[in-house]
Amino acid sequence: MDYIINGIIEALKLLVSFNRELYEIIFLSVFVSSTATLISSIIFIPLGLYLGIKNFKGKKLFSRLLYTLMSIPSVVVGLLVAILLSRRGPLGFLELLYTPTAMIIAQSLLVTPLSLGLSYNLSKNRGKKIERVGITLGARGVKIIFLLIRELKIDLFINLVTVFSRAISEVGAVMIVGGNIKNRTRVITTSIAMFNSMGNYSTAIALGLVLLAISFIINSLIYSYHQEDY
Amino acid sequence: MKRILSILLVSLLIIGGLVGCSNNKAQSDTGKRIILATTTSTRDSGLLDYILPNFEEETGIKVDVIAVGTGKALEMGRKGEADALLVHAKPSEEEFVKEGHGLYRKDVMYNDFVLVGPKEDKGNLKEKSPRDIVKGLRLIAEGNYKFVSRGDDSGTHKKEKALWEEAKVKPEGEWYLSSGSGMAQTLKIASEKQAYTITDRATYLNLKDKLDLEIIIEKDDRLFNQYGVIPVNPDKNENINNKGAEKFIEWLLSEETQKQIGEYGKDKFGMPLFVPNAK
Repeated sequence: MDYIINGIIEALKLLVSFNRELYEIIFLSVFVSSTATLISSIIFIPLGLYLGIKNFKGKKLFSRLLYTLMSIPSVVVGLLVAILLSRRGPLGFLELLYTPTAMIIAQSLLVTPLSLGLSYNLSKNRGKKIERVGITLGARGVKIIFLLIRELKIDLFINLVTVFSRAISEVGAVMIVGGNIKNRTRVITTSIAMFNSMGNYSTAIALGLVLLAISFIINSLIYSYHQEDY
Repeated sequence: MKRILSILLVSLLIIGGLVGCSNNKAQSDTGKRIILATTTSTRDSGLLDYILPNFEEETGIKVDVIAVGTGKALEMGRKGEADALLVHAKPSEEEFVKEGHGLYRKDVMYNDFVLVGPKEDKGNLKEKSPRDIVKGLRLIAEGNYKFVSRGDDSGTHKKEKALWEEAKVKPEGEWYLSSGSGMAQTLKIASEKQAYTITDRATYLNLKDKLDLEIIIEKDDRLFNQYGVIPVNPDKNENINNKGAEKFIEWLLSEETQKQIGEYGKDKFGMPLFVPNAK
């Protein structure tokens, strides 16, 4: 039992002493996951909104496929990206495997279905009405999408945060394509797995606390926006 | 319907209880299973998969292998989470027994480490120092050639750190990558990055076909790797299966098993991966 309590005390010490390695890990985590979130959102939120209000053949099948992909396991994405980027793979000449760039690519791919799916679902349910108002007021094409973004911005923001938390909490993809290399590709989740396997519980606990804190902040943000909304 | 259901449930409970009892009875003898904490190299090399089925057949005791770094394996022993340890970091092992965490330590077998690197051998170590690991490491550091370290406090990592110390080099900088992973993963990173790394020969030979790496430095006396087995002190908690552990160690050190260890890998690699040396 001692080592659990000791671990927590040591963890707090590490956090308040601004241990450099620890904060580098936290920074890289936030950087990789937010970049991935931004990349996938910029392209796929407008696309999702557009597809949501558009009627096309096979929309039902499309929805089902999209919802399936939303829960794609992160290790599968990691495996796919690793195979593509490996020196023997088709994109091996880029020499990207085991770099932060590879991690961003993998996480972007991982959260893209989520980004697309959430905004698609949102505009499918609420977009038609806004579209009709927009058309009445004379808006066309891209302007409709901008109108949708403006009208649904709070819900979209919540989606964005959901996407980010999916990215920052996954371990499978970043472990496979990042390789958990010290000072280079080590993020919170991969470090926790590694420090545990080394029996170094205090650093693992410290990072676990940070991850929890990030989730807490994110959830508080969502909650406060919800309050404004209703 | 309700009645049938309740009868079913009651009979399930009775059967469950009976099975539970019989299990307890077996456990009081030598137990049905032991937990063996060992290094990733014994698993990644395939040795355990090769010899353990015999033990399980002979004794009916199942061995649950937990393959982690030597550091974590010793830590598991300290907390009483394993029944026996099969590891390779002699000084740490002796300290472990001295502190009373283990009953004794016995030699089991050895293999050796090799320095592997890219085929083009950027530092030209193969010519400059094919038998001297310390000189080789110094050349790597001086030339800033990429080197991947296990960085996970495992036996291999401890060995590597000792060698850097002997070379009087502090491994730091852009060229030195610490993977914090097992041997197989570290070799994969070295292969992708076309870097040098120190590995046990067994794991390297087992994965050789999938790697773009070859042996650069070998057969230096300092690259010798002794494995030891330790039964965890049963006073730690009452769940420790000491009888099973003792039986396992007796079997591991027996003439027959030792002979089998010496044969593993011969047909595939033309040489044994581990050399048995139990006394």
